[in-house]
Amino acid sequence: MTYLSKPKMHHPDLKANALGFTRRDYEGPVSTLCAGCGHDSISAAIIRACYQLNLQPHRIAKMSGIGCSSKTPSYFLGASHGFNSVHGRMPSVLTGANIANRDLIYLGVSGDGDSASIGLGQFAHSIRRGVNMTYIVENNGVYGLTKGQFSATADKGAKNRRGVPNMDEPIDMVSMALQLGATYVGRSFSGDKDQLVPLIEGALMHKGAAFIDCISPCVAFNNHEGSTKSFDYVREHNEAVNRMDVITGRAPITADYAPGEMELVRQHDGTYLKLKKIATDYDPTDRVAVMNYLQEHKARGEIVTGLLYVDSDADDLHGYLNSIDAPFNTLSDADLVPGAAALAKLNASLR
Amino acid sequence: MQNTDISNPDYFHKVVDCQWACPAHTPVPEYIRLIADRRYADAYMINWKSNVFPGILGRTCDRPCEPACRRGRVEEEPVAICRLKRVAADYKGDLTGRMPPPPTTKNGKRIACVGAGPASLAVARDLAPVGYEVTVFDSFARGGGMIRSQIPKFRLPESVIDEEVGYIEALGVETRYNSTVSSLKSLLDDGYDAVFVGSGAPRGRDLIIPGRQEAAANIHLGIDWLSSVSFGHVETIGRRVIVLGGGNTAMDCCRSARRLGGDDVKVVVRSGFDEMKASPWEKEDAQHEGIPILNFLVPIEFLHQDGKLFGMSFDTVRAEYDASGRRNLVSTGEPPVRIECDDVLVAVGQENSFPWIERDIGIAFDRWGMPKVDALTLQSTNERVFFGGDAAFGPKNIIWAVAHAHQAAISIDKFCNGGDLRDRPAPDVTVISQKMGIHEWSYDNDIRNDLRFKVPHLDLTIALKDIKEEVELGYDEQLAFKEAQRCLNCDVQTVFAPKLCIECDACVDICPVDCITFAEDGPEAELRTRLSAPAVNLTQDLYISDGLKTGRVMAKDEDMCLHCGLCAERCPTGAWDMQQYLIDLAQVSPIKTPTTRQGVMA
Repeated sequence: MTYLSKPKMHHPDLKANALGFTRRDYEGPVSTLCAGCGHDSISAAIIRACYQLNLQPHRIAKMSGIGCSSKTPSYFLGASHGFNSVHGRMPSVLTGANIANRDLIYLGVSGDGDSASIGLGQFAHSIRRGVNMTYIVENNGVYGLTKGQFSATADKGAKNRRGVPNMDEPIDMVSMALQLGATYVGRSFSGDKDQLVPLIEGALMHKGAAFIDCISPCVAFNNHEGSTKSFDYVREHNEAVNRMDVITGRAPITADYAPGEMELVRQHDGTYLKLKKIATDYDPTDRVAVMNYLQEHKARGEIVTGLLYVDSDADDLHGYLNSIDAPFNTLSDADLVPGAAALAKLNASLR
Repeated sequence: MQNTDISNPDYFHKVVDCQWACPAHTPVPEYIRLIADRRYADAYMINWKSNVFPGILGRTCDRPCEPACRRGRVEEEPVAICRLKRVAADYKGDLTGRMPPPPTTKNGKRIACVGAGPASLAVARDLAPVGYEVTVFDSFARGGGMIRSQIPKFRLPESVIDEEVGYIEALGVETRYNSTVSSLKSLLDDGYDAVFVGSGAPRGRDLIIPGRQEAAANIHLGIDWLSSVSFGHVETIGRRVIVLGGGNTAMDCCRSARRLGGDDVKVVVRSGFDEMKASPWEKEDAQHEGIPILNFLVPIEFLHQDGKLFGMSFDTVRAEYDASGRRNLVSTGEPPVRIECDDVLVAVGQENSFPWIERDIGIAFDRWGMPKVDALTLQSTNERVFFGGDAAFGPKNIIWAVAHAHQAAISIDKFCNGGDLRDRPAPDVTVISQKMGIHEWSYDNDIRNDLRFKVPHLDLTIALKDIKEEVELGYDEQLAFKEAQRCLNCDVQTVFAPKLCIECDACVDICPVDCITFAEDGPEAELRTRLSAPAVNLTQDLYISDGLKTGRVMAKDEDMCLHCGLCAERCPTGAWDMQQYLIDLAQVSPIKTPTTRQGVMA
């Protein structure tokens, strides 16, 4: 654990965003995770994404469960709301918070233990309900806090530090999310911020359930020869289908790619996802094709990354429930307690 | 880009900006750490070895280190390096057993030093302990040269000069004070093996404009007047005084005049305020004492009546810059400005003067009357004669004089022993890891946010009453500690081992000043634009390392690095290490100094 606090001094040329905040203003206290943890890189990517999108820190709610990954919200967005729930229950707490106050931006941060084991049901239902959120799984394939047992996302045949292989089938969270109706699905790697930051930005701007599976090597227990979640293995087997930029506001959209290589996807809020195709025949809007593509490439041992699927016309839970536009905390007593007459009227309608 | 060669001693030396900027290359962070540890005598000895006059320089140095200080780039103001040096001198206590003893046997070589200023004394300090018979000549009654004659006592008390000149005299140096050297030829004929000329720039430049002769009684040359004040020959001045000139001598003149009865003292300068040669803090001190500085005024004439000066007239000018950026002062055409006064002090520059050096003894002079001196060896065209300080290359300052002296002493030593003068001895470089444990470092890497602490001053009403009353009180121990903690320890270097790196980005993410980038290689100019923070300061190097698995390079911009060590702290594989880099420049006499690593002197 690092005992030093990060010095307040910053580079004198550090730029402020449209709100007047520098990137450093989106930081939190120094991480207590192991030095070199992939999760810290994801925290840095979240900080960068929020800074670049000019998000007001106090309009973000970061939610998490239990685990190394779920500790990370302590280390970024120090001026945002946060809720550290019990193990695997982050999706429920997030859903409840979202119902109560739909004006906040919800960022769920979880891990492969929190979401693929104890919280698998919670994960599934929050996705299928279309909760408007960014759900990031920091996926390292091991239980770091309990010293490195295989988690439910560990690949079959992957070896632990003593060389013992994993015999269980892995849960592929991306495939599950697609099947359950997530409307924005990405996969990335903590060691590739150029890819990860825009992916998080796109998710934060997406209306509906946005899910990102981020492979995040555990330097203490899963970064050895024989691991399929190590820096070296992921770099060797990484097959990106596209590269993305998020274009907000009035920023000019320049076509710096040859026709057919670039695709623009307009999101619900008017931002554009500018996709540079790497796999030329890959269509991130065709859900069935995407699912097939992922299975084919997985069978070849490839880790497919990038913006895998997006439905830019998606609605969310509030739309399905036809709930009130205003956050509950802005409603008056009269709105919330309409009185005996209203109750009687309601009861009468049900008789 | 080329991989950075960190085994070249200059590479990490440059990162220690203060030490690199210091002409004598004093290991600044090392002595500041010792001050923070209240090991003042140790801090003093490190200074004494390197710059010979810590107490004097701690009050009067031109401080080339401070504008260079990294703290001044990441924050508002540099560490008060100079005044911390004074702290080491003020609190050092007993130095018994620390100074080198006079040699028990002499080596039979006789060296003459002309002038007893900082350059000559430093040559004597370097040569005497190893057995040279050094004789120092000076026309004044005591040693110190311009340190004693020109620097006002309210900035530098006599006792400090006596003490530090005394340390050198105690090394068995023969002093011939009150004796003027009138012929270099006869000195050479006396059979000295080598002669060092450290006679300074002793002549004040005059200002020849109408009225100069007629009003001469009340017009004084700055440095001559300062030395008359210094030696007690002048004790008063008129009530209204004009000081001409924008250098540090002008600042000393005006502040001295203010203490000798001048209650209406003005400094008048040809150039603008920012272009003045005086150090910013000296201008500040003068203004603090109620002395206005009037700029862009060029003297026209001294005004006088019946042989008595009553004022001066000036032409108002403005600065214009031509295509090549050269400044011209152009008259605005406004009517002349008249300023009344009783006395004028002319401090518009100093000149060298060598009437005592015969022109037929093999010493070549250039067309400005300066001796031709080798910049590396300090040797003149007469192989037995060496120059240093202001006498070598014109007026500079004390710390340059000391730096010249160290090099001249090495040259003289080699010359007397038949060595090759151009073969300069290598510095002594020590690099030691500071890692003590997983999260333990043997230096204090917690960066303090304090702004520069002001040095307490004597109350002005008291200070202006007595020209010998030291106006700066110096830091007390508490302030000194806090100021010392502002030092970033730039000599504790970030050292990168690419073979260990797994490219996890932990260092990139934690670096508070965005120094570190992993990127595709490219030409330096282009690479500088693609870093986490663009590296726009071209005077600061990029630390480049290839040999990474992905084929990228690690590029670290040294410019803003806080040396906080968080990169090494958050590195899972020890690819980053913090290593203290000490560079000790070669000197003739091996004076032993302590380091923070050692409890006792090595």
